[in-house]
Amino acid sequence: MRRKSILLSLVLFMVFTLVVVGCAPKETPAEEPEEGKLKVAAIFATPIEEPWDGCIHEALLKARAELDVDYEWAENISSSDFERVVREYADKGFDLIMGDAFGAEDAVRRVAKDYPEIAFAFGSGGGLAEPNFSVFDDWIHEPAYLSGMIAGKLTKTNILGVVGGIPVPEVNRIVNAFIEGAKEVNPDVKVKVSFIGCWFDPPKAKEAAMAQIDAGADVLYAERYGVIDACKERGVYAFGNMQDQNLLAPDVVVTGPIWNMYPTVKYLVESIKLGAYQAQDLKDWSMMGKGGAYLAPFYGFEDTLPADIIEMVRNREQEILNGTFRVSVDESTPKGD
Amino acid sequence: MNNFFTTSFLVGFFASTIRMATPLVLATLGEAFSERSGILNLGIEGIMIFGALAGFVTTYFTHSLWFGVFAATFSGFLFGLLMAFLSVTLGLNQHVSGLGITIFASGLAYYVYRAVIGSPTIPATIKAFDTLKIPGLWKIPFLGPILFDQYALTYIAVILVIVSGYLFFKTSFGLSLRSVGENPEAADAVGVDVYKMRYIALMIGGALMGMSGAFFTLAQFNMFIFDIVAGRGWVAIALVIFANWIPSRVFWGALLFGGVDAIGLRLQGTAINIPFQYFLMMPYVLTIIVLICTARNASYPSALLKPYRRE
Repeated sequence: MRRKSILLSLVLFMVFTLVVVGCAPKETPAEEPEEGKLKVAAIFATPIEEPWDGCIHEALLKARAELDVDYEWAENISSSDFERVVREYADKGFDLIMGDAFGAEDAVRRVAKDYPEIAFAFGSGGGLAEPNFSVFDDWIHEPAYLSGMIAGKLTKTNILGVVGGIPVPEVNRIVNAFIEGAKEVNPDVKVKVSFIGCWFDPPKAKEAAMAQIDAGADVLYAERYGVIDACKERGVYAFGNMQDQNLLAPDVVVTGPIWNMYPTVKYLVESIKLGAYQAQDLKDWSMMGKGGAYLAPFYGFEDTLPADIIEMVRNREQEILNGTFRVSVDESTPKGD
Repeated sequence: MNNFFTTSFLVGFFASTIRMATPLVLATLGEAFSERSGILNLGIEGIMIFGALAGFVTTYFTHSLWFGVFAATFSGFLFGLLMAFLSVTLGLNQHVSGLGITIFASGLAYYVYRAVIGSPTIPATIKAFDTLKIPGLWKIPFLGPILFDQYALTYIAVILVIVSGYLFFKTSFGLSLRSVGENPEAADAVGVDVYKMRYIALMIGGALMGMSGAFFTLAQFNMFIFDIVAGRGWVAIALVIFANWIPSRVFWGALLFGGVDAIGLRLQGTAINIPFQYFLMMPYVLTIIVLICTARNASYPSALLKPYRRE
């Protein structure tokens, strides 16, 4: 009896393992690599629904369609697996490997050292490493500032709300820019800032947003996912973040800063094709000047926003593009009022 | 500080407490059923994740929220059945079987989502439950918007607490259930089918966990995201000890946790100058304190973790 049950459990365990392995998300969308095509891989720490990685993924999908490159990706790779997965792609002969390395930065840098002929470009708060490790980051503080200006004008209660993830420099600088923009046009405005202490917990972000609305905020900046849902339910204005999130609630999402990774990807692909790739900080390619950041379209709000607000924002936008106005980069933890 | 303790603050706070407590109530009740029968079901987190997915996908394709709730509950029921097969019929180690189910169910949820929804860069959404205002009652000042303007699943959770309490302590079913968790040999001797009771308990428990998962994707939020349960299943494992496996205490315990979670997010919005990390720490600090205070007096079902084998 006892032996039988051990045997049975062994069999079951094997079936189990097979099912799980079989169900593991395919790391590579199958596509026959063509000779001579540039091969790009991306390795993401989160599912691609997470907007940060989603922006990179979107740009690479566009590159596959427009720049004639092969693109494969792996998502939801934990920090402990990251090095192994990056190495696998490096061994498979990819020309460019991208991803977000915040959780496994040292590991990725180590792999990059071992493959000097492959270009690595990773999201990072750190610096480049010769000869082949480039860094990029979301530098969307400029459109965040523009969003803040609109928010400052739109609020009737003079209370704005911001729900952020974790106060790291990347988050701080966009939140601070938003606040600065709001205060420039409306010095009386008060801003409530909450952090949910993690990157992706939409129900929690939603609750934090509800709390701010209950406390009088009538325009919210959705640095994190989940906030827009609260705004939709309560009928207050929201500003998206990273991606064009108007679709989530067309009636309340006014606009928001957008991170466009395509200029970065295009630049990388072209310089590799020319044999001119070198390690660098790709910051500029994620800013407004080169189209790496912009303010989302207004959609329905194009007609309903007061014309003077739109004009004010367009003017400031032009000044930023002309290089005559600089949005300051403040990476200290934002303090609410 | 000026807008602290105003009526709207308090109404918002209490309403949010109840909202955040709902999935904990359902999941912890589910765990209470399982553990009362002597089986620790660590599959809870995975079953909740799969429930969240099953509810979402079903509603996404059928546009029926209640069908989604049913699918989530049914998926939990099936995982309960699997857990019962592993831990009762095969008598495998309950920790390993439970964790195995969590890994399996969350991986499967991931796979199914990618298979049927694909990988959109903006997540797919459904039209989620609106709150159900109880006619007449929800207009009562202060209490109305707190108690009678909640999601239907919240009312169901409250009813299930009462029903479970009755089942556990006032019916012969409850007596059998508790006896197989305390002393399966004795229960067997008086003619209770231990295997059957444990199967039933695990299936009911799983169903409740699945329903709890549906709350995230069908009521509290309107999309499925892989981290949506965010470890709340593990909180339920602690809560069931705190509640001493008694449904009414499950309810109060979940409210306490929901309340601490809600206040953490709300105090941040006020001008109190305490680093936000302290507020976010509160539910977990509370978990530890509560366990220190209660765990020593907790009366674990005596046969918990022990597979029953008829000699």
